[in-house]
Amino acid sequence: MTAISIEKPKAIVRSGTRFMSGDIACAEGALAVGCRFFAGYPITPATEIAEHMARRLPEIGGVYIQMEDEIASMAAIIGASYAGVKSMTATSGPGFSLMMENIGLAVMTETPCVIVNVMRGGPSTGQPTMPGQQDVMQARWGSHGDYEIIALAPSSVQEMFDLTVQAFNLSEAYRVPVFILADEIVGHMWERVRIPEPENIKIVNRKKPSVPPSNTFASFKPDKDLVPPMAVFGEGYHFHATGLTHDERGYPRTESAEAQTKLVQRLCNKIRMNKERIIQVEDAMLEGAEIAVVAYGIAARAALSAVRKARERGLRAGLLRFVTIWPFPEEQVAEVAKQVKAIVVPEMNCGQIVREVERAAKETPVIFLSKLGEEPHKPSEILAAIEGVQK
Amino acid sequence: MEELPHPYEKFLRKDRIPHIWCEGCGNGIILNCFARALDELNADLDKVVVVSGIGCIGRVSGYTNTDSFHTTHGRPIAFATGVKLANPELKVVVISGDGDLFAIGGNHFIHAARRNLDIQVICANNFIYGMTGGQMGPTTPLETWTPTTPYGNIEQSFNLVHLAAACGAVYVARWTTLHTRWMTESIKKVLQKEGFSFIEVVSECPELFGRYNKMETGIKMLKWFKDASQVQHFSDPAKAEITPNRIVVGEFVDIEKLGYTKLRQQMTMRAAEKK
Repeated sequence: MTAISIEKPKAIVRSGTRFMSGDIACAEGALAVGCRFFAGYPITPATEIAEHMARRLPEIGGVYIQMEDEIASMAAIIGASYAGVKSMTATSGPGFSLMMENIGLAVMTETPCVIVNVMRGGPSTGQPTMPGQQDVMQARWGSHGDYEIIALAPSSVQEMFDLTVQAFNLSEAYRVPVFILADEIVGHMWERVRIPEPENIKIVNRKKPSVPPSNTFASFKPDKDLVPPMAVFGEGYHFHATGLTHDERGYPRTESAEAQTKLVQRLCNKIRMNKERIIQVEDAMLEGAEIAVVAYGIAARAALSAVRKARERGLRAGLLRFVTIWPFPEEQVAEVAKQVKAIVVPEMNCGQIVREVERAAKETPVIFLSKLGEEPHKPSEILAAIEGVQK
Repeated sequence: MEELPHPYEKFLRKDRIPHIWCEGCGNGIILNCFARALDELNADLDKVVVVSGIGCIGRVSGYTNTDSFHTTHGRPIAFATGVKLANPELKVVVISGDGDLFAIGGNHFIHAARRNLDIQVICANNFIYGMTGGQMGPTTPLETWTPTTPYGNIEQSFNLVHLAAACGAVYVARWTTLHTRWMTESIKKVLQKEGFSFIEVVSECPELFGRYNKMETGIKMLKWFKDASQVQHFSDPAKAEITPNRIVVGEFVDIEKLGYTKLRQQMTMRAAEKK
């Protein structure tokens, strides 16, 4: 899946132990898993992803294009994906808002693609150079209509590489847009990254149609996993795709309640039904814990430090970290909630994922720690909350 | 009586016919000319992608027997950009309306033309938003009536050929749906041309624009086109505004300029060879 054929492409995977920023690690992860098309628009704090792609993609026969805005960037990556090339874009809050329209189109047309949002402080132009976790609900619900997407939250530079690889694999497997919800700190932070040898990088490619082109080809007919194999332009299938409600042929069905129900439920169910395979969480010191901190992204690093300090002081605290934010790890939270006296949720927003945690935790009290602006949570702030519960 | 096959049947998805367009609509004429151009060029239909936006003409992508994509409103050119760059072997043709391409999608048009992206854009200009009931749009002529200009339109309208030429399109033409042979020749020409090409087709919507402006049948609208159009090849596009008395048609621009695809290919070679 290369856009432009060249004789001797440069090395694609930069295997080895390297020192790089989160944004660059994200770009390298995309290249390693086969992304060969990037469309974007400069925006702090995600610009470095675009700059790195602008340099690296042409070296290996890929395409970088700077579009006129984020609406166009999102449309272009859908086009590239339908032409058979793995594609991505990267942005921050304001651009993410503009992408919502065509994120809905990607959902409706089941387009594999990856959207990176290096979150900054909002609303509106907000604080471009400051971190935030304010777009997690927008990622889930930002485009109109009912749908399910997948969102991953890296909390280190290593994860910017690893989760970008996984994001592509998930998008190809489920034909769904997948989000990387990073934040300014993770994006701009420099850390050591271990990039595996190419043969150790798992690559998932979309299912291809098992039937030859014909005038009865049903381009949106799902397999048992509810995901249809994907034909691409130029292979002779002469298929149609539309943002309108459509049938298995891809043809508009704008007046049929049955078609609407069948399609929209399948778009939701292909993720819901497979959520056990999709959801990843990590836990630390949860065994025997009486208090759990539930966190993701940058906040999870301070949370881990706080939980360690709490244990040093004899407090039985543990951490549940979401690697996957959407679909929401509801069962994992419910399980932890049964075991602990209280859950502490630190987030760099005014309360978003905490609402989901409250819903899943049922009777277990949930303490929310909000943080806005320059600094992430201090471990001491989270520790104080843990100590507060124990008193 | 035995049913004779339509001569351009192979260009259509027969299971999508009848189409949704009203009696007297010009869209079918544009689709016919497009099919005729593909036929006369003996084009490889496996390598043609038709992309459209939202609106009456937006449904055209569902009727053409090629790979096709019906995008969100205003975004066909941005989508087409991704397709063309990801697979430069494909002929990517955008067929959409004046509101889609020049109001909500105006930004994408001007930038694709500036980049000289190798795509062909055919605009059905019916002066209004047909799908939603005939509201005024960016090409609605001054002092005409629509449901959202009940006291007459006070906005100046876009002169699309002037806009396209100013943005750098290598080929710019305007025809009406009466000029079917010329329109077909233009489509054939642009399908073989490098760079960004633009064809405006002034098209009749008797149901809405016509009904509001005393031309309530297709015939009356075509009579307007017949009486008002003046064929003037390579005239100044700046002076080609559409008025009730004058619709300048013809080719306005036909120049050679290195296309974006070739420039990208060259740049990619440089990048790959750089040590």
